[in-house]
Parts: sequence; structure tokens; C-alpha cells
Amino acid sequence: MSLFSKFDDMRANIDLLVASGRNPFDMRFEKVLSATEALLEGRPCLLFGTNNYLGLTFDATCIEATVRAVHEGGTGTTGSRIANGTYCDHALLEQRIAEFYGKRSAMIFTTGYQANLGLISTLAGREDHLLVDADSHASIYDACKLSAAQVIRFRHNDPEDLAHRLRRLKGHPGSRIIVTEGIFSMLGDSAPLREIAAVKREMGATLIVDEAHSLGTRGKNGRGVCEDAGIESDVDFVVGTFSKSLGAIGGFAVSDLPDFDLLRIVCRPYMFTASLPPAVVGSVTAALARISTDESLGARVLSNSGRLYSALAQAGFEVGPEPNPIVALKMTDKETAVRFWNRLIDRGVYANLALPPATPSSLSLIRCSISAAHTEAQIDRAISIMVAVGRELRVLDPRPGKTPVHLTRSLPI
Amino acid sequence: MTNNATNIEAEIVELLAHRIPAGIHVSAQTQIVGGLGLDSVAILDFIMDVEDRFDISIPLDRVAEVQTIAELSSAIEALKRAAN
Repeated sequence: MSLFSKFDDMRANIDLLVASGRNPFDMRFEKVLSATEALLEGRPCLLFGTNNYLGLTFDATCIEATVRAVHEGGTGTTGSRIANGTYCDHALLEQRIAEFYGKRSAMIFTTGYQANLGLISTLAGREDHLLVDADSHASIYDACKLSAAQVIRFRHNDPEDLAHRLRRLKGHPGSRIIVTEGIFSMLGDSAPLREIAAVKREMGATLIVDEAHSLGTRGKNGRGVCEDAGIESDVDFVVGTFSKSLGAIGGFAVSDLPDFDLLRIVCRPYMFTASLPPAVVGSVTAALARISTDESLGARVLSNSGRLYSALAQAGFEVGPEPNPIVALKMTDKETAVRFWNRLIDRGVYANLALPPATPSSLSLIRCSISAAHTEAQIDRAISIMVAVGRELRVLDPRPGKTPVHLTRSLPI
Repeated sequence: MTNNATNIEAEIVELLAHRIPAGIHVSAQTQIVGGLGLDSVAILDFIMDVEDRFDISIPLDRVAEVQTIAELSSAIEALKRAAN
């Protein structure tokens, strides 16, 4: 038995996927042409699977800021902030993020994954209880594994279930820490944060909200679903990422709690990794300034999302529960999802293939992410390709205007 | 095996009935990972059903220690005792 034999099932799954067309975990773009287009297999391809919500990866101001930063600060920091020190621009970015959220303090991490890993695993000690939404991102689950706390899942987006599970802990010592997300990454559904905040208040818990997919895409000022729900003052910690709406890499956490900065000397995923390089800090600071001053970006991504969501729902696809910058098409089974995804690429549309166990309720999904940079023509082209593939594969009724196949029989999903 | 343990196992099997693929026979010695035809997320969803049926909390680290239906049954019994 080899060291890798424990992964035999995974290998078999990948071999099956490759035999059906392509390896979804190893797609290689020859050239990324813009926020919405790339060269793939020698042909131009529309990007509908890159979480580039505001299209800022090619923003001229952000590029200029990153070039300036690399000239002024060099290519890297070569170590952690506790050892090598903090650059002024790290501190400035933290100040800008805190100002953006109207919070007392902010801390930046080298990735969004590390922001969740660090914050959650450090805050939740041995006697404490973490209550996490069942559909939480892997970074939240990994943080739970790293923490010494007792971890309880609550049913997805179900505040009553959360309250019920909190009540079961009556008499147990320790803090209760609720972890949920603004928008969930697979189906694009938002959390009922007003109700969750009410449970938090009633039970005296702490609330952490990961706004990875909602920063810049939701809320009047782009501060996410917490802002939309009007519960920002109830949220003890907001976590987010620089890798989606802000077009770079990195993560952050913000809070009003006065002891927040203690985390800098106890949070190992912050302390024992190299800090963000100047180029990234430069572009993120510029991107944050862009979204703080340009409300049209958030408005455009939502209007683009609505355009794609409505057309696909109207065509008969079973989509997620609401139009957000993530639009997921539910496939009847895994094999259909794999065929659908391959055919989209054949026709020049790149989306994400999302299969169990990475998906909630064992769903097989084609997951699209929408950008403010998509033109209406690009969205309409993607819609027409998705509808055509849907008809070919009988996910939709092959006759235009007829009842979709999935509505005429019960789905196994 | 106590009557209580037998009853708990029977309830677990009943809870599994609507989750596992047809044709899978479940016994006390069935392995939870690999033996039920469920992926990791589906197993955790099944554990939530168990928590609700027995009105207990089964923390994820405790779930990770349990390998068979019989071990799950013992864990439930212990947690119920602790809760009372």
C-alpha cells in the first residue's frame, strides 16, 4: 500500500472526468485577455467562472498603483510582519479597510483562506462552541479543524435551527461563536442575516460573517449583505477577500472590539507566513478606493447578474434561489453536468463545474460568476450557448418554448 | 448489547433509510465512511438528523472518532447520559 493509495478514489474520479473530456482542476489559459475573455485551447473564450465580480483585474488605476508599488517597495516582503516588520502600505491598507467598513480595526492576511483560518481558529478556544452554517466554505471548516473548540453545524440558512442548537448548549461553559457567509459560493444564495443577528442577540453569541462574495457586490456602499440587512453593528467580525471584487489576492478581518489587535500576536496563520507583497497591497488599496467612489460598479454587476439569472430561469433551467453574482444551474446528475461543462467550453464559455462533495445537498452544478465588466452582448451570447447546450442535453426541452424536462418529472437532486 | 443500544441502532438505521442509495444493507458493523455510499457532506447532514432525533449535540471532533454504526450508537448513548 503506497502513501498515496488513500487517494485512489480521487484518482479514479479524475480519470473518469478526463475520459469524459477535460480535467476541470487543470484548465490552462494560454492568455488572459481581459477581465472577461481569455484564450483557451487556442480560441477566445468568455470567462463566466473567475469570480472577477467588478472586473478590476485590468483596471488602469489598479495596474498603475501596482507598478508604482513594485518600483517603490520591491517584489516581496520576504517574511512575516512579526519578524520582518510592517510596511507603511500594509498599515495604510488596514486603515482604509477599517474606514470602508466604519469599524475600529482591520487586519490583513496573505490569503482569504488564511483570514478565516486565522480568525476563527484563534478566537475559538477549548471551552468554546463554534456554530457554523452547514454550507460553509472549506476555509471555515478547516478553521474549525484547527481550533480546539467544539464544532456544531446548523442547517443552511436556518436561523430557527441555529437557535435550537444554541439552546441545546445551555449549561455548557464557553463562548458561542456563530459563523456564516453573506453570499454562499455554490448556489449564490444570501444568508438571512437579520434573523441570524436576532438569534445572536437573544443568545448572547458572537457573530462572524464572511463577505467574500458580497464585498463590492451587495450593499449601498459595497459593504455586503450585512449592510443590505442593516445589521452591521450586530456583526462582531467581518471577514473578506481581496481575490474577488478587489482583483488581487489576500484577506482581511474587521471589528469594533477593542482587543482585536491582540490577534496580531496570537493568530498563527497571520504570524507565521510572509506578508502581502507591495504590488498586491498597492493594487488592493487602489481597488478599494475605486469601489468606495464608484457606485456604478456594484450596480452593474447586479444588473448583469439579473440579466443572466432571469434569462436562464425563463429558459427553464433550475437556478439558485436569487439573482446574485453567482448563478448556479442545477444539473440532473453528475454525468450531465460534466457533459454540459465540456460543451460550454467547446462553444467558448468557461464556467465552473461543481460536483459533490464540494456542493450542498450532493448537487451537480454549472456555476457561473458574473462581472461588472461583462457586456450585455457577452452575457447574451453566454445565455444563448447555455440554452442551446441545455436543449442538446435535454436539461431543457429541446423544443423552444416547451416545458423543460426537469419540470415534468421529479429530479434525483 | 443493551436494549437501549439496540433501539438506538434501529433509530439510526431508520434515519439512514431516506439518505442512502438503494441496495445498501446497514448493520451495527457498517462503516460510516465508505460503507453507506454517502459522501463526506452527506454524512455530516445525516449526523444533523441524528442530533435532532436524539436532541443532543455531536461535535465534529466526536464525529471523526466514530467509525461504525455501533460506535455512533455508543456515542449517542454517552452524550444522552451526559445531557441528563
